[in-house]
Amino acid sequence: MAIERVCVVGAGVIGSLYAAHLARVADVSVLTRRDEHARALNERGLRVSGKSDFTARLRATNDPQELSDFDLAIVATKATQLGEAAAKLAGRFPNATVMTIQNGLGAEELVRGFGDWPLVSAVTFMSGVRHDDAHVEYELDTETWLGPYAGTCSFERAQEIEALLASSGLHARAFPDLLPAQWSKLIFNATVNTVSALTDLPHIGQFAARDAPTDLGHLVHDLMAEGKAVAAAAGVGLHEDPWEMNVHAVRRGETLAAEGHYAHVPSMLEDVRARRATEIDFITGALVREAERLGVPVPLHSAMYRLVKARSAY
Amino acid sequence: MRVAVIGCGAVGSLFAANLGTLDEVEVWAYDQWREHVDAINANGLRLSGAGEVVGRVRATADASELPACDFGIVATKSMHTSAAVEATAHAFEQGAVCSVQNGAGNEELVAEHVREVIRGTTFPAGHVVEPGHVGWDTKGDTHIGPFEPQPAPMEKVRELADTCTRGGMPTHALEDARGAQWRKLIFNAASNAIGALTGFTHGRIAEFPPTRELAWAVMAEGRAVSDAQGIVLDMSPEELFDHAARKDVAYGHKPSMLQDVEAERETEVDFLNGAVVAFGERYGVDAPLNRALTALIKARTAA
Repeated sequence: MAIERVCVVGAGVIGSLYAAHLARVADVSVLTRRDEHARALNERGLRVSGKSDFTARLRATNDPQELSDFDLAIVATKATQLGEAAAKLAGRFPNATVMTIQNGLGAEELVRGFGDWPLVSAVTFMSGVRHDDAHVEYELDTETWLGPYAGTCSFERAQEIEALLASSGLHARAFPDLLPAQWSKLIFNATVNTVSALTDLPHIGQFAARDAPTDLGHLVHDLMAEGKAVAAAAGVGLHEDPWEMNVHAVRRGETLAAEGHYAHVPSMLEDVRARRATEIDFITGALVREAERLGVPVPLHSAMYRLVKARSAY
Repeated sequence: MRVAVIGCGAVGSLFAANLGTLDEVEVWAYDQWREHVDAINANGLRLSGAGEVVGRVRATADASELPACDFGIVATKSMHTSAAVEATAHAFEQGAVCSVQNGAGNEELVAEHVREVIRGTTFPAGHVVEPGHVGWDTKGDTHIGPFEPQPAPMEKVRELADTCTRGGMPTHALEDARGAQWRKLIFNAASNAIGALTGFTHGRIAEFPPTRELAWAVMAEGRAVSDAQGIVLDMSPEELFDHAARKDVAYGHKPSMLQDVEAERETEVDFLNGAVVAFGERYGVDAPLNRALTALIKARTAA
């Protein structure tokens, strides 16, 4: 069954990037939280600048009853708003495939509580900056990785989504098993986001510096080593080494900085600066809970979890 | 007796002004803040708050003006210890020098420039109100003892303790002052670093379960490093933590490291959490949480 109708749930930066690009190759509807956000999208379209430059026409609403049938839902809310979003689809759209894109672990299980849709797991490395309700800047045009979740959907379906995303101008890769990639990103995120939120530093060269004994790179490396021990105990072989991801991202950031771009501010630091709820429970919290279940000590991640819980207890 | 206070900020001023009330003591103060020096020389050094005191103190920003002294009391921020003691060491060729600074590792730096060294820990706290005037926020005891690798003789330690006590700063002379020093260090390393990274006051750290659990884990590392050195703590740092968290004690107190971070100043983390790590390495005890906190604070203040 071809994917012709897509519903993007949540129009933050990531949701907006999917919706705008996909609107060039599919019939796209957007479910927003706020009425004025939906109205701005309907009236002005959705503008993308940066790595792409166009304005997409699409339909938006904040009323789930107004949604017509679709073949694919991309749930792109923050992990903290996932339950609320999934509840809006509950019991409906039996023929749709649902793709989750949240940071951390546990999004698929949560969505499963609201319907028995075939589920596709995904992680994305794209990033952007929100300028206003109808304008998002595409910053890093990196890949979205996706794969069938726990036998609920076929690999072929994941490959169809990969092809759809690619035809819209985004970068995507389908995997028969996403867990290795999901865990690579989980360990990367649990480390980089918490260190950034606590030091107020964007993801810059210091994260990979290990010259002096107190250099930040040692802590980053130690946190990743704890995370890798949990993955190993869970029987997950990592897709990419998180430390290599860190070094690579920092180098790419330095190249961009030399070209006059701003350094990437991880979302948890953005949240803390804006005094918003963070995804700490879904990222580091998920890692610590897995570690406890498996009996792997993670004293450093526990410390980071506690510090960020306090830092975000506004 | 002639005493020079090296670093006449809030804590240094509490010692200098109180000692300056004693007829038999000639008190000098060495500090880089010119307006403070001039005000002290013009009107004396004034304390208000927990005690009303005006002490006779001769202040200078020029180390070469310091005459030979019987005692030095070092009260600079820890990152300035080396430079301040090196500049003033000529005044202590026959004298003994006591650190009353935060954390551990200051006596080692003093000993690089001075022969007779005294280890010290002090609890009174204050804040600078204006040049020549310091607010005395809390009274408290001071514990001093010979610095083992390069000790001042015990009779000198007693003489300094007696003089401070007579001046209004209750001071105990101990053969081994490490127990008092490490009790305060273990407490401070937990409260200061967690406060600086979370923005919490001391009381919030103690009552919010995640930070309370972390504080206890950080203090457990400090205890292990202290135990490995054979130090007997004079009181439980955990009890001190809970005592300080009381609404009538220091619930709303912003740890000094948090104040430093908010003011974008350099912190004393190398002498607190960094010292726990460094002494741990010397005695074969790993302190990963203190190491992590040190790295986070250093990154935070380098930003």
